[in-house]
Amino acid sequence: MTSLSKAPQPAAGPVLEVEDLRVRLRTPRGTAHVVNGLGYSVGPGETVAVVGESGSGKSVSVLALLGLLPPRTATVSGRALLHGEDLLTMSPERLRQVRGPGVGMVFQDPMTSLNPVLSVGRQLTEGLRAHGHVSKAAARARAVELLGEVGLPDPGRAVDRFPHELSGGMRQRVVIAIALANSPSLLIADEATTALDVTVQAQILDLVERLQTEHGTGVVWITHDLGVVAGIADRVLVMYGGRCVEDGTVDDVLERPAHPYTRGLLGALPDLAADDGGDLATIAGTPPPPTDLPAGCVFWPRCPVRGDARCETEQPPLAPVKGSHYRDKGTSGVPGEGQYRDEGTSGVPHRAATWCAEGSGS
Amino acid sequence: MTQLPTPGATPAQPPPSEPIPAAAPPRPRWRETLGLLARNPTAAVSAVVLVLIVLVAVFDETLAPDGPNDQDPGRQLQPPSWAHPFGTDEFGRDVFSRVVLGAATSLRVGFLSVAFALVVGTLIGLLAGFYGRWVDDTLMRLMDVLFAFPAVLLAIAIVAIRGAGPANAILAIGIVYVPIFARVTRASVLGVREEVYVRASRSVGASDWRLITRHVLPNAAPPIIVQTSISLAFAVLAEAALSFLGLGPRRPNPSWGLMLADGRGFIEQAWWYTVFPGLAIVVTVLCFNLLGDGLRDVLDPRQRTLMAGGGR
Repeated sequence: MTSLSKAPQPAAGPVLEVEDLRVRLRTPRGTAHVVNGLGYSVGPGETVAVVGESGSGKSVSVLALLGLLPPRTATVSGRALLHGEDLLTMSPERLRQVRGPGVGMVFQDPMTSLNPVLSVGRQLTEGLRAHGHVSKAAARARAVELLGEVGLPDPGRAVDRFPHELSGGMRQRVVIAIALANSPSLLIADEATTALDVTVQAQILDLVERLQTEHGTGVVWITHDLGVVAGIADRVLVMYGGRCVEDGTVDDVLERPAHPYTRGLLGALPDLAADDGGDLATIAGTPPPPTDLPAGCVFWPRCPVRGDARCETEQPPLAPVKGSHYRDKGTSGVPGEGQYRDEGTSGVPHRAATWCAEGSGS
Repeated sequence: MTQLPTPGATPAQPPPSEPIPAAAPPRPRWRETLGLLARNPTAAVSAVVLVLIVLVAVFDETLAPDGPNDQDPGRQLQPPSWAHPFGTDEFGRDVFSRVVLGAATSLRVGFLSVAFALVVGTLIGLLAGFYGRWVDDTLMRLMDVLFAFPAVLLAIAIVAIRGAGPANAILAIGIVYVPIFARVTRASVLGVREEVYVRASRSVGASDWRLITRHVLPNAAPPIIVQTSISLAFAVLAEAALSFLGLGPRRPNPSWGLMLADGRGFIEQAWWYTVFPGLAIVVTVLCFNLLGDGLRDVLDPRQRTLMAGGGR
């Protein structure tokens, strides 16, 4: 596969490092604090899943990275280093060059993310021709190749079709092909497979995984499908109220969730193996409006634990969850017994922004 | 519960269960539009009549039995007859020939002025709508100033400053319609600009110019097309008005507006002198309007109410 990448490609170091990312949006109801001090990094070939409810700031946080939020209403601060180069302070022209070969993005809704008046091929070659001198014939050949790679049947003919002639799954694969066209070093997938049925979804996940091994692409995968998370993610970042409330390896977070919100999220999964046929567990209440976030822990208004008096007034810092301190509070069938993995083993700390995981009054 | 996808377990080849839907050749949107338009009888008839009028304007010298200023002394102000189907004027000139020859003048002024307004207004609307902020404020406040003048008055003022003549009539009518196109385009662009595909295209590194020309303009075009047709009606009318006031083509060139002005003095003795050029104006304007309505129904049903009060 020929790389048309103009982005810097150092051998080592994280692909993306986000530090203290904050996004505020001006709304008619006042300033919305949509993302509040988010930090994470994505290594080469690594997949970081960002999970959380609708409105937790997942999409906005990645749109902000690429400067795709409307400048009229959005204020973005913090740092987002792509191979050491800050995306947030980049000149518009440099940012344009980075979009594509540096960072590729897959949007959620395949029905609206393709231009209805242009053929699939025209939209695919757009990214190729925006970065370097590619002849029309070469770009078209590459477009056919890409469509084949994402598993579209008969790519030679599909390339001349218009979006309305394709099914939703086919369109989403076209959208993914567009994002992959320039072999980006970072792929951001915003609910990329939510609209697809599970077989197509599995194909797409497979494709992304192949891309990661071949190119060392780092992936940020936004989803609320914990099944997908378990399938592809190396690390998980749980977002709530624009904050990271818990992060760590996929095993740590999914099997030993520390934050009450994460535990609630996992508890809300239907367990098909259980034959009790009971109601789905839900988290009572709704996320706080970003225009009016609570002073203390963002989850406090809905928290079933409220294990610490400080929760109401102070924000718990994102601190490592210590295995020795970890105690299962019996909220769900979480294995909390003793055999907790040490921080050093995976190289990724398991952190949670809560006082409630460490037992009361620590 | 969603299936947990096992990495590597699924074959890369797609299942054959999802073939490309029945292989119809790609159907361009304009053909679909024409098909829908053909099923709208009013619009279809208007389109046919307009094509005929344009053909008359193109082949005017072949179709007109007499030259524009061929006089037939002794047969002044004759009522319609086989020799002169629309009668003759006060110099014995054949009114039918002059109506036919005047079509070219009217249509040329109409098309060129609307073309001017279309290009300039659409560009302004695209820039204002796409970039927003101070670009939008600056351009649209300028448009508001132009819009604040009554249309014909503004045209008269421009012609008065630059002198009478067809070229200045074109410029004057064109300038009058620039703000209308700018507004229609801007409104349409504001909606299209927020579409995900525009954002998606930006996310692969497309330049602003490419976003504007390839993504925004084609999707914002329907109301602009409708506005073009409606504006043509008003431009033909405006040309007639300027000619009537002596600010367009000069005598003795044939022009529908001039003929109306000249025939006015003889309306009691020779109704045909004013009625036939007047009818030509009415038919042309009506057809452009009806075609515009038909196009709106086909292309842009949502804009129906929005533009009902906007025409000038």
